[in-house]
Amino acid sequence: MLIRKRSPLPYSAVTPKDQYVNRRQLLQTAGLAGLGLAAGVPLIGGTKLNAVKSPLSTTGEKLTPVEAVTTYNNFYEFGTGKDEPERNATKFVTRPWTVSVEGECGKPRTFDLDAIMKLAPLEERVYRMRCVEAWSMVIPWIGFPLSEVLKQVQPTSKAKYVAFQSFYDPKQMPMGKFGGLPFPYVEGLRLDEAMHPLVILASGLYGETLPNQNGAPLRLVIPWKYGFKGIKSIAKIRLVEKQPPTTWALSNGSEYGFYSNVNPKVDHPRWTQSKERRIGEFQKRDTLMFNGYGDRVASLYNGMDLKKNY
Amino acid sequence: MASILSSRVTKAAVFLLCLVPLASMAWRGMHDQLGANPIEYITRATGTWTLRFLVIGLAITPARKLLKQPLLIRYRRMIGLYAFFCGCLHLTTYIWLDKFFDWGDAWKDVLKRPFITVGFLAFVAMVPLAITSTAGWIRRLGGKRWQLLHRLVYLSAIAGVIHYYWLVKSDVRLPVFYGVLTAILLSCRALVAFRKAA
Repeated sequence: MLIRKRSPLPYSAVTPKDQYVNRRQLLQTAGLAGLGLAAGVPLIGGTKLNAVKSPLSTTGEKLTPVEAVTTYNNFYEFGTGKDEPERNATKFVTRPWTVSVEGECGKPRTFDLDAIMKLAPLEERVYRMRCVEAWSMVIPWIGFPLSEVLKQVQPTSKAKYVAFQSFYDPKQMPMGKFGGLPFPYVEGLRLDEAMHPLVILASGLYGETLPNQNGAPLRLVIPWKYGFKGIKSIAKIRLVEKQPPTTWALSNGSEYGFYSNVNPKVDHPRWTQSKERRIGEFQKRDTLMFNGYGDRVASLYNGMDLKKNY
Repeated sequence: MASILSSRVTKAAVFLLCLVPLASMAWRGMHDQLGANPIEYITRATGTWTLRFLVIGLAITPARKLLKQPLLIRYRRMIGLYAFFCGCLHLTTYIWLDKFFDWGDAWKDVLKRPFITVGFLAFVAMVPLAITSTAGWIRRLGGKRWQLLHRLVYLSAIAGVIHYYWLVKSDVRLPVFYGVLTAILLSCRALVAFRKAA
């Protein structure tokens, strides 16, 4: 005999039809909210940026909380304490902003910020960031490949390196004089490194425009190199023939080299680089060669002695 | 003033006052307010307080003479032991939270990395001072010898300042500040010794 049992599910547990029909959109919103990307609610006080997720993003890593990303910064122009840039950069004026791209190129040009942002579609790139001080984060950057900008100005055959210069204004950055570094901050890459698809100019993170302390309005991100190579608040990009000077190497060349690739086998003279502390974690973890991006970038350094070229 | 300095209540108050930085750190730790990298914060704070207590301890002898308050001596041992206590916490933070009790690796650091070598030296120099800080040990060693031994604190302070100076990347303001304080306090003593000899 067939005994019909009442369903254990009350009617109230059934998903209402309108939600069921829109289930994909709902899930998407929930997912974005988890990243802090939900429309209308700025997470870090910036402007929301629309970006497509890049297939070049690092997967399988937990993102470092946005509070840590925006309160633990090395930006010596605004003070040498990790929490100082957040406090001291609040009034930093990043509009209007121009980036001049010049040097050994056919079409040197000064880009207005809006113009440079329109050169290529914005992408979200999740990258590990390994600081030379042996801590690391995982950050969802928003930006576009540096190569897109370089292609615009048509580098000549003389262009072998790219030199970068930060904006520096002692009036807006009064703490800069205590940093012990010569400013403006300068950085550099070999041209082939600069053209690598993993290198981006970032204008945002966590779905919004960059907070000032993270290098607004435009900064460099090179995921396989120590964080200090990622020059902030870029004012000038210059194609050059010879290896350009870099700020940390100028300040202390025996500790900080031009290449500064993340390398667990080459220690900083004062501390080991074989391990790192991921911000938010208690135990240390092993540092990966080229910060885990070796399969994509190791070939750039074929035949080079990475101990000498640190 | 003398009655205040000789009071047990004052001594207890100073003892508690010295605990404030540690208590504040513990409170902030429990309320998740040590910043994005709490372990770095704790390492920095315990190290800085070691140096501060060392400098305060070194200031007591000149202060007794300059302020004509000999009773300040009542506080010197306590301050010195606080320096040692913070030094122990600092070393523990390093051994535990940085090296996770990998003693071999820690020892390699001590031998290989000059800033750790001098930091370790600064700590080791404090150990005999902490041990012989009791009245019994002063008696056993005799005042003269005890005093001679306790000049090791000069070494500890100098090594501590160098440790700090070698640690920072480019902003040397704070290490230089403690270096200048230490230099002033040590030259006070040199001056006195020089006058006595002359």
